[in-house]
Order: sequence, then C-alpha cells, then structure tokens
Amino acid sequence: MFERCSKSWRAQRSEPGGGADGDDSLYPIAVLIDELRNEDVQLRLNSIKKLSTIALALGVERTRTELLPFLTDTIYDEDEVLLALAEQLGNFTMLVGGPEYVHCLLPPLESLATVEETVVRDKAVESLRKISQEHSPVDLEVHFEPLVKRLASGDWFTSRTSACGLFSVCYPRVSSTVKAEIRQHFRTLCSDDTPMVRRAAASKLGEFAKVLELDYVKSDIISLFTALASDEQDSVRLLAVEACVSIATLLPQEDLETLVMPTLRQAAEDKSWRVRYMVADKFSELQKAVGPEITKNDLVPAFQNLLKDCEAEVRAAAANKVKEFCENLPEDSREQIIMTHILPCVKELVSDTNQHVKSALASVIMGLSTILGKDNTVEHLLPLFLAQLKDECPEVRLNIISNLDCVNEVIGIRQLSQSLLPAIVELAEDAKWRVRLAIIEYMPLLAGQLGVEFFDEKLNTLCMAWLIDHVYAIREAATCNLMKLVEKFGAEWAQNTIVPKVLGMANDPNYLHRMTTLFCINALSEACGQEITTKQMLPVVLKMSNDQVANVRFNVAKSLQKIGPVLDSNALQTEVKPVLEKLATDTDMDVKYFAQEAISVLALA
Amino acid sequence: MKSEGVWESCDMQWCLSQAKGSLDDDVTEADIISTLEFNHTGELLATGDKGGRIVIFQQEIENKRQPQYRSEYNVYSTFQSHEPEFDYLKSLEIEEKINKIRWIPQKNAAHFLLSTNDKTIKLWKISERDKRPEGYNLKEEDGRYRDPSTVTSLRVPVFRPMDLMVEASPRKVFANAHTYHINSVSVNSDNETYLSADDLRINLWHLEITDRSFNIVDIKPANMEELTEVITAAEFHPHQCNTFVYSSSKGTIRMCDMRASALCDKHSKMFEEPEDPSNRSFFSEIISSISDVKFSHSGRYMMTRDYLSVKIWDLNMESKPVETYQVHEYLRSKLCSLYENDCIFDKFECCWNGNDSMVMTGSYNNFFRMFDRDHRWDVTLEASRENSKPFQVIKPRKVCAGGKRKKDEISVDSLDFNKKILHTAWHPQDSIIVVATTNNLYIFQDKMN
Repeated sequence: MFERCSKSWRAQRSEPGGGADGDDSLYPIAVLIDELRNEDVQLRLNSIKKLSTIALALGVERTRTELLPFLTDTIYDEDEVLLALAEQLGNFTMLVGGPEYVHCLLPPLESLATVEETVVRDKAVESLRKISQEHSPVDLEVHFEPLVKRLASGDWFTSRTSACGLFSVCYPRVSSTVKAEIRQHFRTLCSDDTPMVRRAAASKLGEFAKVLELDYVKSDIISLFTALASDEQDSVRLLAVEACVSIATLLPQEDLETLVMPTLRQAAEDKSWRVRYMVADKFSELQKAVGPEITKNDLVPAFQNLLKDCEAEVRAAAANKVKEFCENLPEDSREQIIMTHILPCVKELVSDTNQHVKSALASVIMGLSTILGKDNTVEHLLPLFLAQLKDECPEVRLNIISNLDCVNEVIGIRQLSQSLLPAIVELAEDAKWRVRLAIIEYMPLLAGQLGVEFFDEKLNTLCMAWLIDHVYAIREAATCNLMKLVEKFGAEWAQNTIVPKVLGMANDPNYLHRMTTLFCINALSEACGQEITTKQMLPVVLKMSNDQVANVRFNVAKSLQKIGPVLDSNALQTEVKPVLEKLATDTDMDVKYFAQEAISVLALA
Repeated sequence: MKSEGVWESCDMQWCLSQAKGSLDDDVTEADIISTLEFNHTGELLATGDKGGRIVIFQQEIENKRQPQYRSEYNVYSTFQSHEPEFDYLKSLEIEEKINKIRWIPQKNAAHFLLSTNDKTIKLWKISERDKRPEGYNLKEEDGRYRDPSTVTSLRVPVFRPMDLMVEASPRKVFANAHTYHINSVSVNSDNETYLSADDLRINLWHLEITDRSFNIVDIKPANMEELTEVITAAEFHPHQCNTFVYSSSKGTIRMCDMRASALCDKHSKMFEEPEDPSNRSFFSEIISSISDVKFSHSGRYMMTRDYLSVKIWDLNMESKPVETYQVHEYLRSKLCSLYENDCIFDKFECCWNGNDSMVMTGSYNNFFRMFDRDHRWDVTLEASRENSKPFQVIKPRKVCAGGKRKKDEISVDSLDFNKKILHTAWHPQDSIIVVATTNNLYIFQDKMN
C-alpha cells in the first residue's frame, strides 16, 4: 500500500508541469499523516512510530488542538499500534510545548489506559507515570490527580486497574487533603468487587507503601495488606507475598513481629500451593527484608516446611533457594543452622520422587560446599553429589556436572572423578540427543578441571565418537568442542591425539562422516596453526576434491576458502588454486558456485 | 407428578415472544444450532452452529410498539468463528462446529467471548464503533488522488460520527493443546484463567497466554484398551477460584481443589448415586452417562443431566443427589429402539434460572421441561410456532405413558425423535428463556401480570 501510494504521487510529481508549486517538504509529512489511517497495520504502525516527525511539522499549537484529539479517538486500532502510540506519548512533552502544556497528553493516555489489552494499558500507565514528573505541583493537582480519580472510579475494571499504578507517582507531590483522598481511593480499590482490580492493587501495594508516611504505612497499608493476604482469591493472596517484601523493608525491626509476621506465617502455610510457591520463590528477598533475628526464629522452620511441602512445585521452588538462603544466614550461626536444620531436608530431597525437585536441587547444591568448607563437604555433601551423579534423571546429573567448578575450588575434582566418569559416559550415550548435546557443551570445562592426562585416558574416545553421531546437531557441537579443546590443550596435543583420527574419517564410506572431517578442519585450522594445517590437513582436503559425492566436493571448496587465510601464499598458488579451478568447472552447479566464491574470496583469479 | 391444576395455579406462565430461524422443514446441516449462552447481564445471547458461525442477539430495552413484551432480541453481530480444517498428520477432518461459547465477565465497553470447536478455542472481541476518521492530505475521501501541487498545508484527520458498526475480531487463538474433542470451556472466578476439557484431559489456560497451558486432569490410561470412562463436561465453581468439577460417562462427578496440588488427578470429592439394582439393564451404563453439569448461581448446588433425569446435588453431600427430576421416564421402555437409532447418545444440556429456584432441560418432540424446586411441580412445554400464538400463554403438554390416552395427551409412540431440544438457556435475572430446536430459536417470556 505504501509502495503504491508513494509511487503514485511520485508518478504524478514527475509529470511535466505538475508539482512545481507545492511545498516539497510537506509531502513526506502528508504521507505520514495519511498513513495514520491506512488499511495496512504495518503502515499505521510506521506512521505512529514517526509521530514526533508529524508533531514537529505541525508545530506545538496544531499538535495540541488537532493531532492529540485525533489520537484520543484512535483507540479502536490494533494492539501493536496502540502500544506504539502509548509509548510515543510518554516522550511527547516538548512536542506539545513543554511542561506547561504536558497535561494535553492526558486525554489520549487516559483512553489508552482503559483498553482491554494489558500490554497497552501497562504502557499507557508507564507513560503517564513518566509525564507526571513533568507536571508542576499545581498542574498535578489540577489535571493529573483528577485523571487518577476518574480512572479509579471508572465503570470498567480496566480503568480501575490502571489507576492502581498511578497513585504512587502523584502522592508525594500533592497537598495533604489530596493525599487523604488518594489514600481513600487506594483503599477502595483494594476491596474492589473484581479480582482483577484487587490483583492490580495488591501488586502496587508495596510501591505505594514506599511513598507513604510511616504512620500511614502502619495504620493504612498494614490493614490493606492483611486483608489482601487473606483474600478469597488465591491469585490475590499470592501477590500480597510480594508486597510483604517491600512493606517489611519499610518498617522498623521492632514492628515487624506484630505487623508483618502473622501474615507471612499464614502465607507460608496457606492452603493453596500457589501461595506457598510464591513464598518459596520470594524467600531470599523475604529473608533480607525481615533481618537475621526473625530469619533464625521464624524463617528457618518455614523454609524447612517448604522443602518438605506436599506439592512438588513448592519443593522445587524452595530447593532452588537453598544456596541463597544458606548464604544469607547470619554468619555466627550459619554453619550450625545448615548442619542441623537445612541439611537433613536437603538429604531427603536428593531422593525426592519428583525429578524437577531433584534437578532444582542439583543446580544449587554444589554451592553449599563453599559455605560449609572442606571437611563438611567431604563428609556430608560429597555423598549427596555422588548420589545425584547416579540419578536416573539425566537433567539432575547434568546440573551437577555443570556446577563442578564450585566443588573444584573447595575439595578438588579428583574426589569426584571416580563417580564422574560413569556419569559422563552415560550422559554421552543418552538416547535423547538434547542430553548428549548438553554434556558436550560441558566438555571443555571438564577437560580444564580434570587435566589433560585424565582426559586422554577417559574422555577422548567419547569426544571422537560424537563426531559420528547420527544427529547433525551433535556432530556440529562435537566439532566445535574439538576446537575449544585444542584452544585449551594446544596444537601439539591436537597433532598427536585429534588430528590423525579426524583425518582418518576422510576415507569413511559414509559421506556424512567424510564431511565431518571437513567441518573439523574448518574449526581446527586456526587453532592448530599454519604448519599442521599445511602439512597434514591440506593434502586430505585436496584429495577429497575428487570425491564422488557433490556435497563433499562443494564442502571442499568451502573448506579451502575457510582455511585459506591460515596457509602461506605458496601453498595457495601451487596447491589450492589448481584444485579450485578444477572444481569451478565441475558438472554440479553448487560445486561450481562455491569454488568460484572461494577463488574470489581468496583472490586467486 | 402433580396435576395440571397445580401448574395453572402457579403464577409463572409462559408465552412465546419470538421464534427465529427458517420455517423450511428442509434443514441445512450447517444451520443446526449447537450451543446457546447468555452473557452475564442477559443483554446479549450468543448462539453457535454446526457451520462454525456465531450469531449474537441483543436485547432491545423497552419496545414501545409492543408494550406487552418487555424486550425483544435482535441480531447484533454475526461472524464466522471457526472454519473446517484438516489435520494432515492424523488424516482427520476437524469440524467447524461450535461446541461451546462462554462469555468473559465484561472488562470495558467491548464484550468478549470464548468459542471452541473440537480442537481450538478462540477469544473474540465484539465491539461497537460509531466514529470514523475523515480527511486525507493526498487524496479525496473517495480515494482519487489530489494533484499534489495543490497540497500547500497539512491536514490532520478528524473523527466524525457514523452509523453504529459492530465488529467481531479474533483476539487470541488457543490451539494445539487437545488431542481429543473439547466438550467444555469454563472461565474461573479469578477472571484471568479458564479451563478446557476434552474426553480425557482438562487443561488450564491464562486468558492472555496462548502458547502454553497446564494439564490439571489426565485420566488417559497407559493402555488405551483399559479405557472405561471419559470426561463429558467440566465447570469452574462460580465463586471459589480453586474448585472445579468434571462429570464422567459413568455417571460420577468429581470435584477437585486446585489449592491442594498442581495436578488434580486426585479428586477431593466424588458425587455418585448407588445404582438401583432393580433398574439394572444393558442400557444402565449408557443412560447414566452425564451429559451436562452446571453449578447453581449461589455455588451451593450443582445440577447434572443424564439421559432420563436431572439431579441436583448439594456440594456438601456426595452420597446422593438432594433432588431428582424425571425428564421423560416414559422412554425407559423404549431404550432399545433409542439405542438402535443412536438417540440414546444425545447430549442434553440443562440450566438454572436466575435465583436457582427452577431448572430447565430439553427432551424429544421439541418438548422441554421445567422443574420448580420450591413448589415441586414440573411442566412440559413445546417449542412450536403452530401451537403458540403471540402473547398467549402456551399450554402444557402431556405424554401418555400407557393405558388409556386422555384428550390432549400424546402417546409415546407418536413422539418425533428427530425433533430434539438439546440446548436451552435461562436469562440470568429475568423470566426469559431460550430454547434451540434443530435450526430454530424460540424465546419465551413469562406473561406479564
């Protein structure tokens, strides 16, 4: 549509005699304005994204009196257009004449704040929050605050949910009478009929509490918080947990016990697993917010219960927090709490019935070794690591292996190597290729920690076996793995252990394996350096140019292009050039194409 | 069953207010109505058909020409919700038939509904537009391009009033989560999630997220040869966000608590009436299959429909229903022939009135039944144009189960089993009921006193 439209006016312009008088600079703007109502969404979107250009051309006066009224009525459009519009309006202050006129942006944003699509509403609220800062204190009371009130008492819950996000930005800058009104509105929304609004209020409770005077936090917010935390809707109660973090941070330590803890204890034992999940998920934040004393007395038993929860989702969320929770325990009693309270639960989780729980634990459990030190790790944690390394679920084993570095620092990896090897071998041969892919990615890390000897002895064969895996993604990852190993162990090691095996595959009857040789050479040449590449790899590549399979031949051309920069000019001219020239006359058109490409890239023509 | 005298002494008397649809006896398959649903205020009534279309009727408030009718329903919007599709992997045709429609509680001036066929659930927005932009820079309103040399100043388009236009636009498509046929969708009281049930599984969705859903019930046995029952319907509790029920082909209803665990394979309550051994027959299991389950508006009771009866259960009593109403007990002797013509597998739905004091369900011969729970009376009415004159109270019908046929009675043998009322709906507040015969829609109101 844009094409057609713009072409047609271009066509008209180029007609003799036409367009001589029109103001040329107006055309692009005229097109943009017309496309604000084009049938094609993409063009409308395009125009909205250039709204500032349109506004600049119209000037501040016409932007205020014509463009903004038009935009206010544009709420029927597609979500993506409305989203772009809501975002643009947040940066429009200068274009309507500066802070003095910023309130002109309120009507379009108000109508966007009532649409049904959450992303649009959220963006409109974000922009409103932004421009609220550009209002003078007077304008804030005259224009902005009435808008918040209108939204807060709107018929539809979409507008009331949007209002929830605006209280906190105007509260600090208005007079005390207006402040009282705002508090009243917020209170009303916290007990709204629709769960949507109560959810919005619950999710903004913490933010609103932060801008309130401490007395009002104690008198107003706490009662709202308590009410929301015992709402009949699970989805409201779980949001109150989030608010708990911010509220607890605001209150003096001595008030926490009476004002916050009863609700938090109740949430940790809520009948609904979703609420308990939320507590588990926010545990580290809660722990920081309530401080060390309450953590010791209250959170430790709560955490133990969450680790033993009957719902696996909750146990998994709690298991994920084990390391962070332990790290944040007060130093004086940390070890004692972990050893007597946490570790027994962790031991049980190692043999949990649910694999997500076990793998969540496996992803953090190694981190405990740094906290507990060498002796405790060897005595208490090592058996758990070993058990997890033998777990039936590959993800658990993978998570252990991927975090080996933490243990390495504390006790050295040797302690584990006996169990590590069978685990690695089993994962390397897992029936699921994604599992094999994951373990390949840890190979360079393992190789670095286990050392070259151990690697040669135990793991080298695995790495070579992956090269002939029947899944391409594995062969590709294996190739990349070899490159990283060479970077780690050096060219000499490569020459002795890897290169002969890779080159041997060039004679494999399966053309896919022959191609793997080429892919390996592509990856290894740089790391191996000029000498090995020229003396050992190049002859093999050149010989493969006679392969009967065209795919191999054009990959020879691609490989030559790839390794060319590593070779010296003599080799290029005397060896590579004749072969590429021959391939350039191949009967297969792909071979020809890639040969010619290589010739031009290597400048051999 | 009480006599007609009792019925007449009751103050609820119905007259036909509107009959919609073709008068032609020749029914096009696509026109067969497959579902009915009032929105939460009763202002809108949505119908879905086998052709994948949805027709929405709007109540005209106050009809001055015909004051005896409080209101009339007229077409508000018609749109194609689902198209026939083909699953190439399984070589299966996917019908466009609308299995269920559910309205979303209203969130702004627009209305939203969920509609589903066997596989795909869609969220539709029905909105009004009464303004359109006018004024281009480079062309006239009719599309002719202007001579650009005449464009010397910029014009910003202006919105002008226009005739009201109702638009239906697809907002979300929830696909690829059901292997079997979807029989129910139900919106949660939290207004942000809903469930969809097929023969073996129930999934939980977030209304704004289309690319993932959570499986909350799975009754598929590891070995499909061990399959003994299927899910026939599922519904969320109207107020408790954590409670839902699903009914099975074995006549049981299971209630689950989503607070207890993420997977609701273990039910918290199971409602089941022990079978009466004296009534046992080859057909017992088939006729005990539940075709519909609906919570009362109060949330205290639920109603189930099986082939011959409607049962009301108190959620606090699992052992037996608190009330049982026979819908067409006279068919018990006809089960053999109903089995042969497949009618025994018909899925009748049922509905509550606004204050839960009455229930309604359909039967054969375009008859439908109403049961008053407080006064314990019931009535059979017929949806037909011939027997109901405008503004006149329609006469109850009576089926003669055997013995001597009285005047005005119909013998069981002369019932037409091709004329069946599967779908009925009751206005959420007022005494307005809607009944779908094959391809016709009948709207009745109680007679104004």
